[in-house]
Amino acid sequence: MLKNHPYIPNASSAFEEMLRDVGVSDTEELFKDLPKFHFKIREMPKEPMDELSVKTEVMRVLSKNAIFRNRCFTGGGPWFHYIPSVVKHIISRGEFLTAYTPYQAEMSQGVLQSLFEFQSMICELYDMDVANASMYDLPTSIGEAALLCSRVTGRKKIIIPSSLPRERKSVIINYTQPQGLLVKEAPYSAEDGCLDQECLKGLINRDVAGAYVESPSFFGTIDDDIKGVVDLAHDSGALAVVGSDPLSLGVFKPPGEYDADIAVGDGQPLGIPPGLGGNALGIMACRDDPRIVRQMPGRIVGLTQTKDGTKRGFVLALSTREQHIRREKATSNICTNETLLALAAAVYMSLMGRDGMARAARTILGNTKYTIDKLKRAGLAAPVFRGTNFRDFAVSLKNVDGINKRLLKRGLVGGRDLSKDFPDLKGVGLFAVTEVHIREEMDVLVSALHEIAGGT
Amino acid sequence: MFRQAYFDEPLIFEMSREGKVGVLIKDDPTGAKTDVRKGGIAEVPSGVLRGKLNLPEVSQIEVVRHFTRLSQMNWGIDLGPYPLGSCTMKYNPRVNEDLAWLDEVQQIHPEQGLESIQGALELLYRLDRMLSSLTGMHKFTLQPAAGAQGELTGCLIMRRYHKNRGDRRDEIIVPDSAHGTNPASAAMAGFKVVEVRTGKDGCIDLELLKGAATDRTAGLMMTNPNTLGLFEKRACDIAEVVHDAGGLMYYDGANLQGIVGRARPGDLGFDIVHLNLHKTFSTPHGGGGPGSGPVGVKEHLKDFLPVPTVAYKGWRYQLDWGKPESIGKIRGGYGSFPILVRAYAYLLSMGAEGLRLSCDIAVLNTNYFAKKVSKIKGFSIPFGSAFRKHEVVVSAEEMTKETGVTALDVAKALLDRGLHSPTIYFPLIVKEALMFEFTETETKENIDRYVDALKEISDKAYAEPASVKSAPQNASVSRLDEVRANHPRTMCLSYRMFLKGQERDASS
Repeated sequence: MLKNHPYIPNASSAFEEMLRDVGVSDTEELFKDLPKFHFKIREMPKEPMDELSVKTEVMRVLSKNAIFRNRCFTGGGPWFHYIPSVVKHIISRGEFLTAYTPYQAEMSQGVLQSLFEFQSMICELYDMDVANASMYDLPTSIGEAALLCSRVTGRKKIIIPSSLPRERKSVIINYTQPQGLLVKEAPYSAEDGCLDQECLKGLINRDVAGAYVESPSFFGTIDDDIKGVVDLAHDSGALAVVGSDPLSLGVFKPPGEYDADIAVGDGQPLGIPPGLGGNALGIMACRDDPRIVRQMPGRIVGLTQTKDGTKRGFVLALSTREQHIRREKATSNICTNETLLALAAAVYMSLMGRDGMARAARTILGNTKYTIDKLKRAGLAAPVFRGTNFRDFAVSLKNVDGINKRLLKRGLVGGRDLSKDFPDLKGVGLFAVTEVHIREEMDVLVSALHEIAGGT
Repeated sequence: MFRQAYFDEPLIFEMSREGKVGVLIKDDPTGAKTDVRKGGIAEVPSGVLRGKLNLPEVSQIEVVRHFTRLSQMNWGIDLGPYPLGSCTMKYNPRVNEDLAWLDEVQQIHPEQGLESIQGALELLYRLDRMLSSLTGMHKFTLQPAAGAQGELTGCLIMRRYHKNRGDRRDEIIVPDSAHGTNPASAAMAGFKVVEVRTGKDGCIDLELLKGAATDRTAGLMMTNPNTLGLFEKRACDIAEVVHDAGGLMYYDGANLQGIVGRARPGDLGFDIVHLNLHKTFSTPHGGGGPGSGPVGVKEHLKDFLPVPTVAYKGWRYQLDWGKPESIGKIRGGYGSFPILVRAYAYLLSMGAEGLRLSCDIAVLNTNYFAKKVSKIKGFSIPFGSAFRKHEVVVSAEEMTKETGVTALDVAKALLDRGLHSPTIYFPLIVKEALMFEFTETETKENIDRYVDALKEISDKAYAEPASVKSAPQNASVSRLDEVRANHPRTMCLSYRMFLKGQERDASS
């Protein structure tokens, strides 16, 4: 048996004394009730590796990854946005990093107040009254929102736009189908990539619990009539769920202004690096309607005061909705969420403020327009969908895969091949530019695409 | 004496002053005349533009001070003992943080082409192999975002498995000692939850289980060691009963710490396993996430796993988009990648022997604590004197009856001594429950200090109970008003609601 390890203080000097106090001669005696199976743990080192070797080994493996950053122009998320240095420093603080869910509120005011501020800033951004402390990611936010709509209305049908990528639809189905919900897709308009309201009218009726619509759409287009969708939903007694990119809300009208009941989003653009798509932050907010608030999934932090009334303080509110109390009757099974990333988003929004958010959004809008215009002038078929694009835009190319391979040779990452998600969009790539891209970089993309894909 | 920091810290909104900025952001570098407020882009219909955005305006130093002060009003493992039962609050090694923050981890995109993420795929592949070998499973998905999502994944796999066999099974059996997420996840996956009572010895009652396992049973969800910290010694018989009834065995890995390196769920008859990398595998809890809840299955269930999984074919790592039987996707992406990197580094730092040592010392620490705490007046350890594994549940029922001091009071009094409380009022089958888990990374000195604190609290409870009931006095704030936080008239869940409340108070 090993005699010591830096992470295990009692393996050495205290060991014998503790054994004696417990009344055993050996740790084996503590495990007598385990059935004896003979097994060998292969596939990993037998003995601990020293810290230097661990670092060297992990870095050796990871060095096979290539880093493109602002030479990556892939749309559909995650995105490379600028992250102010302060964000990483704050979320790396041990007091936040090594804490858990604030079950003991009096000792966890830091996480609680930070989450309350995250919720509050999300409410401002989305023009909502209540936000939860996070969901896993956008797909699960939509899935949970669908369940929420069903609980509130007692109905079983959900409408989503057909413009969602396949994996998002798959998650939504996994969240809703077991509850007997029926997910119907409303087609997107070939014109602007937004939900086709005429088709929606045909689908919506008194069975519908909720209708989901998003702007920008997955294709990056701004829907100029979200209100129309919301009204259609409300007219039939359904709830309206509106998805928005949080950064786009620096300039665009928020879900609340369209009378949305529930708002969702992907929080990754708020100060969180792409991390192979693994740093997700699901946003969920709603109106101050007790029917909805009481059915919300996830943790929600509330402001209160000490019992003696002398100080302000924060606690986890409405816990009776949650699994640790309600068990199978809970509004969701979610326990651990994405708190540290919600903190990152809170720090990010605090730094950006109203001015920074608007500037970043304007820059993204400008860069998007600049790149699309330039592609058009180079004779490329961009954008595929008309209207205003924010960050993401679709370009019709002949062979996305082949073109991407050739772009890669020039050190550029091209568009996401939309034919994998939408068989109709054969040869269409989804690109994105953000505020991190400078003019020269966008020019390089345009000329590379022009040379490889050619113009008409 | 312990005193937690307290700053009379305003809300970030209250610090806002017009015109301040926290970071300089370029505005429209392409010169594409996009100042939307001036109507620069003809194509943007003014109807989609927003009015005022009420985010705070604060300078950078104020943001840094604000969140640094808040951090000091927060307890973490880095500050001292944190024996929350079933949460495995172990030290989060900093070398793993350094590795997780490498550009090769954070600055890569899932769609940048498999050739340029071979390192990431290799790491995912190896992690899958390591976890499989540790648990006796065939293959893992690393996708689930947290333990509860792992449970949902597992339940969806059970659902698909039975459906595929044309077998209509709509029940999942869950012991009454289970974590709340188990019944909640089973219900989310569309199952009816059948609860089985815990026997006198603190383990599942085999006879009751036999009655519950029928041709409607899709599976049994089990935590082993269970939430009482006891190893379910009839695990193999239980598996036989469930399998004979046609059900599947699901292992909730929340408590894997109690047997890691010493027993494998696969050998104990489990078909599906979820692990909490933020527990047994040392990745930080982050104040409540991000976590990671990989799910492993035996070979007969491999086709049901979410897609994609990583495969090694033709000398390169590839994504396997699987079979039609797959349940599809449970979340976006391939999993919490930076968390997975940390877990991988941890496994290298430990090795198989180190993991076994972590198990031994975690169990030794808990039994050492249990022995001492059982001698303190007012506390007892229900369900017999058998050795616990990584956690122990203490009941303060006697103390409550004799002095009025409850488990909640004890928890708050611990905070006053610079010790995070245990998990309280769980499992539900123990009255006035205090559930302690001293992981292998805690020192003997701190466990002794913790025992002394409990002794002192007990003495106080019997001498002057009011002094315990008024705790905490040394935490950042004293006891908070939960009723006010949840009452429809005073409930305040955002700054907006706060302002509305002030208006309402002013007008009334």
